[in-house]
Amino acid sequence: MADMQKIADLMRALEDQLVVCMRCGLCQAVCPVFEQTGREADVARGKLALLDGLMHKMFGDPNGVYERLNRCLLCGSCAANCPSGVSVLEIFIKARAILAGYMGLSAAKKLLLRGLLVHPQLFDRIVEWGANFQQVFTRPVNDLLGTSCARFVSPLLSGRHFVRLAQKPFHLTLPSLRTDTGLSGLRVGFFVGCLIDKIFPQVAEATIHVLKQHEVGIYMPEEQGCCGIPAASSGDMATFKRLVQHNLNKFEKEKFDYLVTSCATCTATIKEVWPVLLQKEPEDLVARVKQISEKTLDIHQFLIAKVGLKKVCPVNTENPVSITYHDPCHLKKTLGVSEEPRAVLKANPGYHLKEMPQADVCCGMGGSFNLQYYEISSDIGRKKRENIKASGCDAVATGCPACMLQISDVLSRSNDRFVVKHPIEIYAEALKR
Amino acid sequence: MIQKGLLKEFQKTVGAANVFTDHADLLTYSYDAAVLEPVLPAVALRPTTGEALSKVVRLCNENLLPLTVRGAGTNLSGGTVPSAKGVVVVTNALNQILEINEADMYAVVQPGVVTAKLAAAVEARGLFYPPDPGSQAVSTLGGNVAENAGGLRGLKYGVTGDYVMGLQFFDVNGEPITTGSRTVKCATGYNLAGLMVGSEGTLGVFNKITLKLIPLPADQKAMMAVFDEMENASETVAAIIADHIVPATLEYMDNFTIRAVEAYSRVGLPVDAAALLLIEVDGHPAQVEEDAQKVVSLCKKFGAASIKVAVDAVERDSVWEARRSALSALAKLKPTLILEDATVPRSKIPDMVRAMQDISRQYGIEIGTFGHAGDGNLHPTILTDRRNKQEWEKVEAAIEAIFDKALELGGTLSGEHGTGIAKSCFLEKETGPATILYSKRVKSALDPNNILNPDKIIG
Repeated sequence: MADMQKIADLMRALEDQLVVCMRCGLCQAVCPVFEQTGREADVARGKLALLDGLMHKMFGDPNGVYERLNRCLLCGSCAANCPSGVSVLEIFIKARAILAGYMGLSAAKKLLLRGLLVHPQLFDRIVEWGANFQQVFTRPVNDLLGTSCARFVSPLLSGRHFVRLAQKPFHLTLPSLRTDTGLSGLRVGFFVGCLIDKIFPQVAEATIHVLKQHEVGIYMPEEQGCCGIPAASSGDMATFKRLVQHNLNKFEKEKFDYLVTSCATCTATIKEVWPVLLQKEPEDLVARVKQISEKTLDIHQFLIAKVGLKKVCPVNTENPVSITYHDPCHLKKTLGVSEEPRAVLKANPGYHLKEMPQADVCCGMGGSFNLQYYEISSDIGRKKRENIKASGCDAVATGCPACMLQISDVLSRSNDRFVVKHPIEIYAEALKR
Repeated sequence: MIQKGLLKEFQKTVGAANVFTDHADLLTYSYDAAVLEPVLPAVALRPTTGEALSKVVRLCNENLLPLTVRGAGTNLSGGTVPSAKGVVVVTNALNQILEINEADMYAVVQPGVVTAKLAAAVEARGLFYPPDPGSQAVSTLGGNVAENAGGLRGLKYGVTGDYVMGLQFFDVNGEPITTGSRTVKCATGYNLAGLMVGSEGTLGVFNKITLKLIPLPADQKAMMAVFDEMENASETVAAIIADHIVPATLEYMDNFTIRAVEAYSRVGLPVDAAALLLIEVDGHPAQVEEDAQKVVSLCKKFGAASIKVAVDAVERDSVWEARRSALSALAKLKPTLILEDATVPRSKIPDMVRAMQDISRQYGIEIGTFGHAGDGNLHPTILTDRRNKQEWEKVEAAIEAIFDKALELGGTLSGEHGTGIAKSCFLEKETGPATILYSKRVKSALDPNNILNPDKIIG
């Protein structure tokens, strides 16, 4: 049995943050998981009370708390709506680290995180291999969405309609890139991110195209690693730290003004999670992390704030494609970025932006949450689908590849004919004309 | 521990997935929003139908298990803190709006409907459900009725109880009791709905609630008046009411709260001001215009340093943003926040505001005062750290002093948060021993085994 005294002692480190919750319960209004289940243990207040219980040694074993703590999308809706300003995500991730340290990771997570993710090159090879073989196991179901489902009943894939691995991941098309500061006077580091590299390489291509059109110099080192969020959210601090260090080593080799990513989750992780989770590390690592996280920007934010969007001549705008936008939680709730991606979309006169109801409600993806709690994740996703349908649009854009995956899954399962794109793709289209 | 047979019966009644006995789940039903010690129940149940709810009540009574009904658990007086080894019945699966009748202007709801959801649903049809407690985004209508919850609009529109036309509730045997009607007038039988409003789950368990709706006001105007002297602000409140103007909202904010809000949200509040009044008048456009002018001139007459009338929706929103963020802003200052709601006759607002400042000084604790000045319901908000035992003792003494002052001024211990556990020991001070005895007789006649939310209100 786990040493409850020891866990209580470790939890004490969170005490000052835990007592900030006044149990007002307002998080119930915005939690996507609670909306589906109505269970207090699923909402932030309940989870904070459970961690408080661990701290006060109210449990004989930590399993029940650990299990409930993991039933969370880490979408940050509660934190964004919290009257007392509880640092919910920070508390949850730190608590997961404490409990994972005590109870060990599951075998599957160990394999994924410590066997694969932590070794960026090996991870790349395995995915390349998988891309070649996926046709054997899956069949296309929706050409417009580019989704597939399993060819035969598979316990791993259940009824999922997933966007397949790219035939050619981005790092095979373009392993690295070094261009000088252009006329814009700016040079950026480009952090690609796993999902964009391996599933949506067209988003990386579009990003590079846009940066070039704006005469922005690019530094994109080869063999980039994962940002570390799957490890951090599973409480695997060792893997998380190794990935941060790997990426620091890569990006510190050359000078640039800003680090940009086209993935909402990567931006939020580098900007918010890196400094918070590594604050107790040796001073020089803290300083290195601080330096890079301070100059990290979401691509839309960068375009609007640092270079300004180009005016595109309207051609063929008689029948603009109507498009709606979904706010990724990690952009709007974590980083406060919601106007910028919309402005980027509007910059293409071939599209007409029309808001869906509840555009900023979570799509239900939540990374590994989707793998562990596919039913709840799908229920949340179905609500997103209804809202997308209600917009009456033909296309939906969102600034996060994880949301793109989830939205493609829920739309495809309902046989909807929809195009799912990243705003930067829409903008790149305009610049190409 | 609940006996195995009974547990099976519960599972059969509400479905196995809606029966919670894990220690971790039970801990999450051991508290509400009041600053009190949590109490662990033996089981939590989440019925999905009225029939299941009725059977749960009967089973609890037959097995002598204390039963506490819980909506969103936002109670500020401990009314939803369960009894040790009791049963918590969560109503949030009973969340259907059963009817919105535009012709007869009423709505019928299940108890777990969220207040703001009903308000939005009726507003979409041009109707208005005015009670707007601070927790309306999550609070349930069953909880609102059980606590007789109020809100910002109490002065003109009243509180939850003023909108309850009828109820169907289960008595302790699970039998359905019907009271009230869908008619505007109803003079049959005892006014049991009146008894049930504010009864905090001690006399029965709601199944259906019929609520009065009114037409949505056509227009409104918001304004913010700044005062250099706290007395001037509170006298202005008294003057507006004496002039027979009834604003929809008439909110007060003291200097401590103003500074907290400004530091938190930077909306541009005057941090040197002694007090602010946030006022909104609503109704027919002509009336709104006239009332707004009268309010402006009264504010000036009673010494407002400045007054700003919102000219459009954006400005109106920024006025209310300041008020909405008051609690959040205060909450961020210290770990523990105690939100009191002692209420006085509205003419006594100046005395009450002064008393809060005296108490804050006398006990050496921080109190921010804001709230519904127009209906005499201020929220002295105490900021502390519960882990600091010495300070906590001072806080408890200060709370008692606030209660004493409110009663001395002819007021009440609670305007809208209910008695619960937190105030039950003070109730006799307000009402007297005969009232307590009478209440206890009512309780024991209707709930002889004392299983319906025991220990609340009358102790």
